[in-house]
Amino acid sequence: MSQAEVTMGAHSGLMEEPTFSVPAKKMAMWLFIIADSATFAGCLFAYGFIRNATPNWPRPFHGITNVAVMTFILLTSSLTMLFGVRSAQRGDKAGAFRWTMITALAGILFATLHIREWMSMIAEGANLFHNPWGTPLFSSLFFSITGLHLLHVTGGVVALIVVGLRYQGGRYKADDLEITGLYWHFVDLVWMFVVPLVYLLNLAH
Amino acid sequence: MNTAEAQNHGAKKDLVVYVCILALAGIQFLIAYQDISVSQMFVRMLVVAILEGALALLFFMHLWENRGLKWFVVIFTVSVILGMQYGWTDSFRLIDGAPWAK
Repeated sequence: MSQAEVTMGAHSGLMEEPTFSVPAKKMAMWLFIIADSATFAGCLFAYGFIRNATPNWPRPFHGITNVAVMTFILLTSSLTMLFGVRSAQRGDKAGAFRWTMITALAGILFATLHIREWMSMIAEGANLFHNPWGTPLFSSLFFSITGLHLLHVTGGVVALIVVGLRYQGGRYKADDLEITGLYWHFVDLVWMFVVPLVYLLNLAH
Repeated sequence: MNTAEAQNHGAKKDLVVYVCILALAGIQFLIAYQDISVSQMFVRMLVVAILEGALALLFFMHLWENRGLKWFVVIFTVSVILGMQYGWTDSFRLIDGAPWAK
């Protein structure tokens, strides 16, 4: 019997059905994801408009190794997150915790590689207001878009560690892990659009 | 199918989707080295990215299993993206109308 039925007793029929039959917490995460996807879409569209309207747009990237490794790590972390959620759903607490922490570690590795890449670009003279390869708009947009994504990854890592620990401690349930997983998959999804638009289209030929 | 079999089947499906997404990401990297114009490259990469995103949404985020939510997300996202197309014409006007364009 659910908490609502216990509280409402005979009046439980008065309770409204959840929207799209999705529990409230999960629905809140979906609404956040929808709003956040509009934010990222806005940033990427702005980047597209500015890139299109700027002559001699710089293409400073000479290799794809770093971004390919970062992509592989982030995509794989989505799989480990799924394994964690499946373990939690079948009651394997240790397995769920292990996979969640592996996902968080992958996130940390991704962020480390990202910051290392930023550092090498900053060392070459690129920052939010200056770009050694041409229009400063390139650097502004590059650091803004990848920075916003990195902020999401960092938030995701913190959330994974906190929810994972609380799940192991018995305070959170499999549903909470699934909801955190939704956010992590979203971070992965955004990267699928950031890579081609911000990195691969700016590859030097 | 009992719970254990269903879980095993689900894990296999996750693995297949993961390999598909990885392969699509690989295709994006191959497109980056093609000798084509930026606009052609942009269109090809965007198509692949949409396919990747759709797979992640439908199977990793389990949107496939919820018909109502699926349509809500699709309709909202398409509306937002269509709304954002409004600015493209202005970005073309900027480049075509600029003194250096002619």
